[in-house]
Amino acid sequence: MAIMTYSEAVQDAIQQEMRRDPNVFIAGEDVTRKHTKVLLEEFGPKRVRDTPISESQIISLGVGAAAMGLRPILIMSFMDFLGCSMDEIMNQAAKMTYMLGGQTHLPMTICAAMGAGIRAAAQHSQSLEAIFAHLPGLKVVTLSCPKNAKGLMAQAIRDENPVLVLEHKALGGMAGEVPGGPFAMPFGKADVLRAGVDVTLISWGRMVHRCMDATAELEKKGIDAEVIDIVSLVPFDEEGVLASAAKTGRVVIAHEATEHGGFGGEIAARIADKGYGFLKGPIKRIGAPFVPVPFSPVLEDRYIPSTEQIVSLAAGLF
Amino acid sequence: MGLTKELTKDEYLSLYETMVKIRVFDETAAAYADSGELCGFVHPYSGEEAIAAGVCGELTKDDCVCSTHRGHGHIIAKGGDVNKMWAELYGKATGYSQGKSGSMHIADISIGIIGANGIVGAGLPIANGVAFALDYQGKDAVCVAFFGDGATNRGTFHEALNLASVWNLPVLFVCENNGFASTTPRAEAMNVARVSERAASYGMTGVTVDGNDPLAVKEAVRAARLRLREGGGQTLLECITWRHHQHFIGDRSDYKDPEDQARWLSEEMDPIPRFEKRILEAGIADERELAEIRERVDAEIIAAVRYGKESPYPAPESMYDFVYAD
Repeated sequence: MAIMTYSEAVQDAIQQEMRRDPNVFIAGEDVTRKHTKVLLEEFGPKRVRDTPISESQIISLGVGAAAMGLRPILIMSFMDFLGCSMDEIMNQAAKMTYMLGGQTHLPMTICAAMGAGIRAAAQHSQSLEAIFAHLPGLKVVTLSCPKNAKGLMAQAIRDENPVLVLEHKALGGMAGEVPGGPFAMPFGKADVLRAGVDVTLISWGRMVHRCMDATAELEKKGIDAEVIDIVSLVPFDEEGVLASAAKTGRVVIAHEATEHGGFGGEIAARIADKGYGFLKGPIKRIGAPFVPVPFSPVLEDRYIPSTEQIVSLAAGLF
Repeated sequence: MGLTKELTKDEYLSLYETMVKIRVFDETAAAYADSGELCGFVHPYSGEEAIAAGVCGELTKDDCVCSTHRGHGHIIAKGGDVNKMWAELYGKATGYSQGKSGSMHIADISIGIIGANGIVGAGLPIANGVAFALDYQGKDAVCVAFFGDGATNRGTFHEALNLASVWNLPVLFVCENNGFASTTPRAEAMNVARVSERAASYGMTGVTVDGNDPLAVKEAVRAARLRLREGGGQTLLECITWRHHQHFIGDRSDYKDPEDQARWLSEEMDPIPRFEKRILEAGIADERELAEIRERVDAEIIAAVRYGKESPYPAPESMYDFVYAD
């Protein structure tokens, strides 16, 4: 085990996989002069490349190169910018394997930063994971701590499909224990961060920490909460979530994306459909209000779902 | 022109056969789409055959192409299997994509056809990715991006030409300027007379050729490859042509000037009779030899259509195959 930050863990995974496989290369915005200088020093300019600010081209570079057998890692900076490359993600990367009847496939990793909280306003703060989870052919993964930042990032690079890896920009400096040697974690296996018997708190990304904080408050009220990080929206660990909901009978889903149309609705629908018999109350959801991310600190802090709101929703089920 | 003298009889006849094969393939597809025998969109390549034949005639098996919605010609010229193509048009299990692609997404990775594309302008930046991989893997090969004049108004055209130039990628941009973006005339969509003028923005060479002359196209591709090899950078090759049909079969809108249409379809302008005349006048082959080629192609396409029609449909549960790779 080594102690490293969340951002260092992502880089450690990239370095690990670039050493493992000469077909892995990294390209994107601000790659060599900012995020991954150490990679340039080790792997050289052929495999570590800055691109122009050309989002469509960056994703398409990945599509074309992956179709030919390379394993691109594409650095897209803020998730909000994925709008500039939506055709390439939605109509090219996600569908090519299918449209070509499996003649080739696209082992490519798309990295982008999600989340609010850095006073960056409406175009640099969004959590748009539900949009991408709606697209068959794409996998969507969220990193919530240094350990899974390394493990899931490594897995994304090894995966044979296009994977959107979402780092949360508020977690970059978070330090924690990370396996030092070669390490990857599977997708589609929800992580039980705290076992409990009274209520299941389901979340991903930064919101798992607010759920963990909520458990302390809930404990004071005599409520023993279980916390689940779903880790990947696609593939989604339905079995793991249902098992926890069956145990506790109560569910609160918390995410930073707008509640309206959020992935929490999909999870709630699945639990309602397949787990109705063991529910002891309504499935509750908390997400951001249906507004663009505001700038003013007063507004932004109110926008992001809080620990207090999670506590209140969970306690309201009793 | 130097090339005219250099080409062997076989090369002439090979170009001719490719053009005829594309024409027969797409005229049959057009008729079948019109009658309802084929479903979905069919965008015939008829009238533009000299470009696919001329470009792909200069490519090796290692070279790659990224095609378009009007892509049958590129696939045939690159060596695609017309049986698998027809089966795909019919949505059959024996098609190139087992019935998942239809007309607009045909690919054959084994011979460097990275895929036709239903999104205008999507192929150019993908071609850069392919070219990057060819270079990364140390192959002496290029990737050709085919696209229409309409695609040059998309942002992807700009992003792709720019990156190809600054990264010095082994890519060739081939614009098939058929005068219309769907139904919109070129002059309403851009304020430069020639697409090739746009090359200057990227520090690359822009060339315009007669896209209905396979030898002019071939020679321009040869020069572009040489330029690339000698460090002279990429080429935006504009081939002036005309599509005989509307945008797709079933598009009944009336936007072409009948006089222009008649002129481009005349024996003097249509690339196939034009090339025939040239072959006959130069004494490269006689009418009987050309007729034999046409008969062979007819038989091949008839067999391909039958293969497609008689092939089984995919099993319903195959819908779930290939969403993800294992």
